[in-house]
Amino acid sequence: MEVIAFSILSTIVLISALCVILARNPVHSVLFLILAFFTSSGLLVLIGAEFLAMLLIVVYVGAVAVLFLFVVMMLDIDFAELKKQFLDYAPFGALVAFVFLAEIAIVAGTMGMERSASFDASPNAETNVEAIGQVMYTDYLLLFQISGVVLLIAMIGAIVLTLRHRPGVKRQSVEKQTGRTREEAIELKDVRPGQGI
Amino acid sequence: MELTLAHYLSLSAALFTIGVFGIFVNRKNIIVILMSLELMLLSVNINLVAFSAFNGDITGQIFAMLVLTVAAAEAAVGLAILVTYFRNRGDIAVEDVNLMRG
Repeated sequence: MEVIAFSILSTIVLISALCVILARNPVHSVLFLILAFFTSSGLLVLIGAEFLAMLLIVVYVGAVAVLFLFVVMMLDIDFAELKKQFLDYAPFGALVAFVFLAEIAIVAGTMGMERSASFDASPNAETNVEAIGQVMYTDYLLLFQISGVVLLIAMIGAIVLTLRHRPGVKRQSVEKQTGRTREEAIELKDVRPGQGI
Repeated sequence: MELTLAHYLSLSAALFTIGVFGIFVNRKNIIVILMSLELMLLSVNINLVAFSAFNGDITGQIFAMLVLTVAAAEAAVGLAILVTYFRNRGDIAVEDVNLMRG
């Protein structure tokens, strides 16, 4: 039963991954990317890693894929132009991919993978979330904090890269406003009747 | 037939290979290159979680979470660079990027 589910899900993942790199329209690429992430989270649920599966959906489908979609739709690019020499690099890419796959196959062949047939994604705990929580905030606290710093730096970097000040746009200057004193802000005029200022 | 580690490892190897192939095929389109990178990171994540689950050691899932964090940060910064580049140059043909060749 699990093998059947695995076969279906992994077929969908591989086909949608191929569609990501081969689709003519990048919007379709992003949508296939979302399908690949969604299906692989199903694969993670299959071996009991529920927390990571949900995280995959929240982070990838909810944030990264939507970010990609925004950028693809925001940039006004002629994608047909980019696809022109599409197959120029295909033989070389296929060669590199083949070498990669052969290397992985050699390593996997020498490793002896038959040893573990049973899986348990939540050792020493009732649930997967509990198992992760037990070590995340104790043994791996430093890594947890560092990953927070990584996200902060990425956020600041993205803002710094995309922020721009257009000249000629009226802006509020808070320092200028609060730095005014009574003397320079108020001026007393002695207006005579019937003359105006 | 039982679900084994080998199933997951072969899937993630195939997914990683598709990601590598995608980088070479779409050499001009940097958006699809970034998506291929995401696919490769996804296959690494699947690998880590599979080892974690089949060996009964939770550490792999923690590391998968860290990979997820780095992947999200990388996507954000990469797309920000892309937007800035498009704003300056008007297109995203990465083959013409040789301004810093010296």
